[in-house]
Amino acid sequence: MSPGSLKHVIASSHHEKDARGAFRSRYRQLWLYSVCFTAFVSLTPLVIMTFVNFYQYQKTLDEEMRSQISRLTSISRRFMDDFLEEQRAALTYVVKHESYDDLCDQQKLGRIFRDMKESFGGFVDLGIIDSEGNQRSYVGPYDLAGKNYKQQEWFQEVCVRGIYVSDVFLGHRHLPHFVIAVRQHDTASGGFYILRATIDTEVLDSHFASLDLKSSSDAFLINHGGVLQTRPRHHGEVLKQCPIATPPVSSKTEVMEVTTTSGERRILGYAYVEKSPFIFVVLKRPQDTMKNWLLLKSDMLWLLATSIVLIVAVILWSSTSLVNHIRDADSRRDKAIQGVAYTNKMASIGRMAAGVAHEINNPLAIINENAGLLKDLISIEKKPLDTGRLLKIAEAIIKSVERCSTVTHRLLGFAKRMDPATERVELAPLIEEVLGFHEKEAEYRRIAVHFDVPEDPPTIESDLGQLQQVFLNIFSNALAAVDDEGRIDISLEKVDENTVAVTIRDDGSGISERDIEHIFEPFFSTKGDYGTGLGLSITYGIVENLGGRIDVRSKVGEGSAFTVRLPVRRRS
Amino acid sequence: MGRLRILIVDDEEDLAFTMAERLILRGFRCEAMTNGIDALKALSEEHFDVLVLDVKMPGIDGLQMMTEIRQTHPDLPVILITGHGSAADAERGMRAGAFDYIMKPIDIERVIQMIHASTGAKKDEKP
Repeated sequence: MSPGSLKHVIASSHHEKDARGAFRSRYRQLWLYSVCFTAFVSLTPLVIMTFVNFYQYQKTLDEEMRSQISRLTSISRRFMDDFLEEQRAALTYVVKHESYDDLCDQQKLGRIFRDMKESFGGFVDLGIIDSEGNQRSYVGPYDLAGKNYKQQEWFQEVCVRGIYVSDVFLGHRHLPHFVIAVRQHDTASGGFYILRATIDTEVLDSHFASLDLKSSSDAFLINHGGVLQTRPRHHGEVLKQCPIATPPVSSKTEVMEVTTTSGERRILGYAYVEKSPFIFVVLKRPQDTMKNWLLLKSDMLWLLATSIVLIVAVILWSSTSLVNHIRDADSRRDKAIQGVAYTNKMASIGRMAAGVAHEINNPLAIINENAGLLKDLISIEKKPLDTGRLLKIAEAIIKSVERCSTVTHRLLGFAKRMDPATERVELAPLIEEVLGFHEKEAEYRRIAVHFDVPEDPPTIESDLGQLQQVFLNIFSNALAAVDDEGRIDISLEKVDENTVAVTIRDDGSGISERDIEHIFEPFFSTKGDYGTGLGLSITYGIVENLGGRIDVRSKVGEGSAFTVRLPVRRRS
Repeated sequence: MGRLRILIVDDEEDLAFTMAERLILRGFRCEAMTNGIDALKALSEEHFDVLVLDVKMPGIDGLQMMTEIRQTHPDLPVILITGHGSAADAERGMRAGAFDYIMKPIDIERVIQMIHASTGAKKDEKP
């Protein structure tokens, strides 16, 4: 093997490797596109739905938790209302059924006090104050006889409103108490007097303790100043400032999120207790209420993660098998095309062989005649041969042999270039060679073939053998299209830096508009039984494969022009 | 009957003249032309007994010549020379009234046989 051909082999194998790399990267890109697209299409709704569900579950759970707190708060508020109403009703009953004089009687009041304590419980003391604010009678643990309350605030209030409920204070035996006072008109004197009772808050404490609360939650009363009125579990001591700010005034039960003075977040449910200084408060830790939510959230996240993993696995599997299928189909198609291309090549070689046979026949006939003449001269004339005449015979034979060898070389050159390879191709000699194949036919049919070779004929990077086939196909079509004494013009020009164009124009029959759409389709032929219908479709395939383009313009009766545009540099 | 006068028309100059020379060596009177126009001119001016005509020629080809000759010289025998694989041309020529055809490369003895047959002379009779 010569160094030159070795270099050629290395170059061509390198080229093949490049092509295979590009081939593989094309399928990788396809695979990537398929994976990304399917993943996007299938995962996006899943993720969106999961997050929408998240949000909705969260909202639902939040609302449920709020309504739970709200219900609890409302129940307790109603309890407080009922409780205070009961106390008030008890006091009102006393003032309505006992006369002022009886109530001012210490002994009678003592009896009433004992009855009430037995019936209602929680009463610590009971006293009557006249309209001037003087303590008229008193039953209880303090010594309050003769005390005057006229200047005290609660006295003013009960005079105006008819009822008064006090804040909680530490009273007898340091137990928290509060006061309820009611005003009653004295029908005898026309003035009024006040029945005032102190009530133990223990009954409230026990009610709040009985509420079914989590250990971390709390329920208690505060007054409008934010001072704790009952004993909370976790949030300070009775009569100390509550660690949350006093919530805004509202006639309804409210639920909101608050931050304690120590910076902890709490869900607060509260309700202002009517006709009293009390606000009922429920405090819950958000963590407790969110516990279910967190559990659900982690379940959903797991489900989401599992789904994503499964979907991605299925996508990867299906994309891989899809791309593999496409690759298999492509390679099958390529093989089929290669087979068809080979058939076409063989067909064009067959067509050429007929032309070649004809071209070789003439010189052979001349050789035959000259050899025959030589024999005749020797056998018929039987006289010494004239050297000049002999020389003429020899020259005729040599000339004919040269003609034969030109034809055989041309044929060999064509057949040799079956393997695709990229090389520098000089287009002008290539086209001239192609025209050479049909020279005789054109001559006999008196077809004028003009090839305009530009001053600086372009050289391109392409596949010589394939280009030869392209031009041979188009040129033989042109020959078939023109009548005898027709005309075929071939032009070669550089369109721009990167493109050259070869136009083969004939003045033949032209192609109808209906046919022109189909001429590059396989098995489309207007030649009837003579054509395979593959020539132009293969030509089209080859030109595309070489990175070029083929256009056709035609008018029936005026002829056709095929323009092959080729890149100056071949792209892999 | 004098020596037969043959006109050979073939665009291959070497072929036409060598063939003519060989026929002359065999006692024929022979003219060689390389195109149809010259040949038609010669036919109109001189007498020929047989016309040996190549089918494929630039300008006026053999078949076109045949149609012309049939009108001017309806009795002139024409022997066609065709290339290999041009059976279709030969067939058309025969239909147009050619006496016979021979394929290239040419066997000169066969041509002479045809000439004799066409002129009605006996094969072994001297021309």
